Amino acid sequence: MNLTTSLSEPIVNLNLALEHGLSAEEYDRILQILGRVPTYTELGIYSVMWSEHCSYKNSIAMLKTLPRSGAKLLVGAGAENAGLVDIGDGLAVAFKIESHNHPSAVEPYQGAATGVGGILRDIFTMGARPIAALNSLRFGKLDNDRVRYLFKNVVKGIGDYGNSFGVPTVAGEVYFETCYTANPLVNAMAVGIVEHGNVAKAVAKGEGNLVMIVGSSTGRDGIHGATFASEEISEESEAKRPSVQVGDPFTEKLLLEATLEAIKAGLIVGIQDMGAAGLTCSTTEMSAKGKSGMTIDLDRVPLRESEMSAYEIMLSESQERMLLVVKPEHEVEILKIFGKWDLHAVTIGRVEKGNRVRVYHHGKLKADVPAPSLVLGEGAPVYIRDTREPEYLKSTRRFDPETLPEPEDLKKILFKLLGSPNIASKRWVTRQYDSMVRTNTVDFSGDAAVIRIKGSRKALAIKTDCNARFVYLNPRKGGQIAVAEAARNVVCTGAKPIAITNCLNFGNPYDPEVYWQFKEAVIGIGEACRILDTPVTGGNVSFYNESPEAAVYPTPVIGMLGLLEDIDQALSYAFQDSGDDVLLIGRTGGHVGGSEYLHVEHGMVAGDAPDLDLTYERSVQELLLELNKRGLLRSAHDCSEGGLAITLVESCLGPRISRGVNIEAQSDSLRPDFWLFGEDQSRIIISCAPTQTREILRIGREREIDIQTLGTVQEGSRLVIKGLLDVDLEEARRAYELAIPRLMGEIDEVSLT
Amino acid sequence: MKIKFGIVVFPGSNCDHDAQYVTGSILGQEARLIWHKEGSLGDIDVVILPGGFSYGDYLRCGAIARFSPIMKDVVRFAQEGGPVLGICNGFQILTEAGLLPGVLLQNRSLKFVCEYVHVRVENANTRFTGACTKGEVLEIPIAHGEGNYFADEDTLQRLQDQEQILLRYCDAEGNVTDRSNPNGSLLNIAGIINEQGNVAGMMPHPERASDPVLRHIDGKKIFDSLVESFVPALL
Repeated sequence: MNLTTSLSEPIVNLNLALEHGLSAEEYDRILQILGRVPTYTELGIYSVMWSEHCSYKNSIAMLKTLPRSGAKLLVGAGAENAGLVDIGDGLAVAFKIESHNHPSAVEPYQGAATGVGGILRDIFTMGARPIAALNSLRFGKLDNDRVRYLFKNVVKGIGDYGNSFGVPTVAGEVYFETCYTANPLVNAMAVGIVEHGNVAKAVAKGEGNLVMIVGSSTGRDGIHGATFASEEISEESEAKRPSVQVGDPFTEKLLLEATLEAIKAGLIVGIQDMGAAGLTCSTTEMSAKGKSGMTIDLDRVPLRESEMSAYEIMLSESQERMLLVVKPEHEVEILKIFGKWDLHAVTIGRVEKGNRVRVYHHGKLKADVPAPSLVLGEGAPVYIRDTREPEYLKSTRRFDPETLPEPEDLKKILFKLLGSPNIASKRWVTRQYDSMVRTNTVDFSGDAAVIRIKGSRKALAIKTDCNARFVYLNPRKGGQIAVAEAARNVVCTGAKPIAITNCLNFGNPYDPEVYWQFKEAVIGIGEACRILDTPVTGGNVSFYNESPEAAVYPTPVIGMLGLLEDIDQALSYAFQDSGDDVLLIGRTGGHVGGSEYLHVEHGMVAGDAPDLDLTYERSVQELLLELNKRGLLRSAHDCSEGGLAITLVESCLGPRISRGVNIEAQSDSLRPDFWLFGEDQSRIIISCAPTQTREILRIGREREIDIQTLGTVQEGSRLVIKGLLDVDLEEARRAYELAIPRLMGEIDEVSLT
Repeated sequence: MKIKFGIVVFPGSNCDHDAQYVTGSILGQEARLIWHKEGSLGDIDVVILPGGFSYGDYLRCGAIARFSPIMKDVVRFAQEGGPVLGICNGFQILTEAGLLPGVLLQNRSLKFVCEYVHVRVENANTRFTGACTKGEVLEIPIAHGEGNYFADEDTLQRLQDQEQILLRYCDAEGNVTDRSNPNGSLLNIAGIINEQGNVAGMMPHPERASDPVLRHIDGKKIFDSLVESFVPALL
């Protein structure tokens, strides 16, 4: 059959290709591949598959430099919908993080909700039941009306979707910085568990096998979402609101149950979620991976709107849909399972020999494309862009901390820091998330969330992390720190870090300064992952995070997975008993470059990121795990934003009950403000029974890791740092708990416990 | 002999497995999931309507679930005196089905709230609270957007006169205050029971506080009460 273009479709030429976000060079390549002018539908297919979002064309070369193998990895990075890590007992963990920044910038509620929905589907497509959701969020400052609107609705969108779906949202991070005002970052992560034998693959193979679409019907929502994600936020972005998909967590929950039932029954040859670029992406990627072709008939696709064209059906990003490949003899059983859950399941085509995906509509051939030419790793373009060290680094590096005026009132600074939304309690956010459904959440308030695995002694510790200010000031070191700190967070719960997923949020890759940040950060992440032995299982790149004013800080968010062999060894960050000794592992150098102190008190983001010796970091983490294994510890808390002083306050306040602390230690060589609020890396504050202190110090000496005795946990509710600070912890709790509700104008509804 | 718990699964239920885990694995009783399209509960001693978002909470929480085929048999079971416990969305379904009085409105904060709260046991002389003592304070989490209990004055008076209020939100010391009310419920009501004493609904999730691994076990008393309530009958 000949390809048909209907009269109502636009004429395909270079101009139309450019309007679709393709370059002239890319359009030429399409002409070469096809040996003719593409049809309108084909142009749509190439434009989304070769968009940054689907093709990773400007990032894949760098991503390949990351360590992507390890004894525990069951599939290679990017090979399936999510990474897969063996945790023993015949179980594996599927996990991945993904961005939904642009949709959330124009339609925060649905943008964030569908970000959660998309990442959950990536997990259960593999046969894994989602057991935890996390996120990483960045907004402008809360004194801005628009920012408050975005913040409020993103949090509600995340909560409503996860809560209804029935997955606990257990950890995350939220930061507020002016550079994110117009372009917030919304990264969603999901974690699932699957038995080795039940892992499903995203592949189409076996000539004559059926191609089925299951789940929701297809509408016009989300058309060109992938392309929209591949350009900068501008004044015209508001007009792209229809590009944002609409989520239905109820249908997703049904889809989860039906999908897992079908996979477990062994009825599935291959399965892929329909996320970005919908039917286009799933048909071409599954075909390319299975070295097969596919014929599909769009007349059979259940539609929710009338008169949809082939172009629209192929590009729709309607949510809660999956593409299945099944053997013909299993069709009836599939229909039965999805019917039980009141979901559509319709056969729309078959797997063919060869490699071409052929799309029919109203009996006419609308697209006929070689699948490999479209996909990442095969025919999709790959670019390495120019780099140039950014100009701004010249001025940020000129910063000399000694020129800072020495503050008079340290207590005032401590309270300023506690009240800074970057440090303050995020309870306003987290109580809107169901953090406990599925009854596995052991701890969601600590450095990392601890999720037990039913039927075993094991637990997972999971965390998202990135200090973007450090990446901005020094992308390579900042990339290292993001990994190191995420690993340290996991270690502080007693778990061993085993693998990461990452979400790399950057500006426009065609700007050489942005690409330099990207390249350096990826190198830094790779270096840290190699030394800390946490391979990269996959993730997501989000470029074009810019508004007319500026690019966001380079924000490579790390999602860290850790494994705790014995749930009884899970550690809290909170001080436990009065009389316990408080010690500091690691070296304190009083580094204030890029610190929250420098920002809040002196109004600057300047200097260099703190030094990080990755080998030392690894030793610190190993030491902590060893101390915990021997049962010597009562608590452990990573020392990060706000430095020693804030870390101590947090350990005193705990999730509910305050414990006092008396710190005798002092610094001879450092200014008090630098000692208290500096953000040196590789530091952990621990507490232990006084009888164990000698042994802990001895082990530290043996391993050549600095451990300093700081003081003791006290009855009552005062934090005293000799000669420097004397703070009422209930007053501190109020400042810490009320900061965000106050900024949101909702002070009345929070009850202090 | 094991007590047979039947946990009804509506499309959108998401605490069904949690209720099954507690009654089955932790209490060691028999725990079955019952699909909402079934016409009959089968041989069951206790019915649990679990938490979640049945039918996505579309239209109104619990409003569609009450028309599920299984609900006819749940009503029959309740009318014959069988114990029925509705948790969170299950409580909402019981009010929609007319098995319990009142309604659950949107929280006064207009937000979903998930956190541990304290509740005071108001009546320990029921099948659902027999393992507690009157005035005892339990720490059990809530997780809902619509848990703001409302009823007309007559109903509230009747609930009080007949000791039908099971649980009220309170502070850690057991004081029932406005500040300890997480959702705006009238009289700080967190859970009620019907006049006959066999149908109870509560917004807190006892199944989430029944496992020592999760470091909270106050909720287990609700399930223990149910199991213990069968002993005299068996003797």
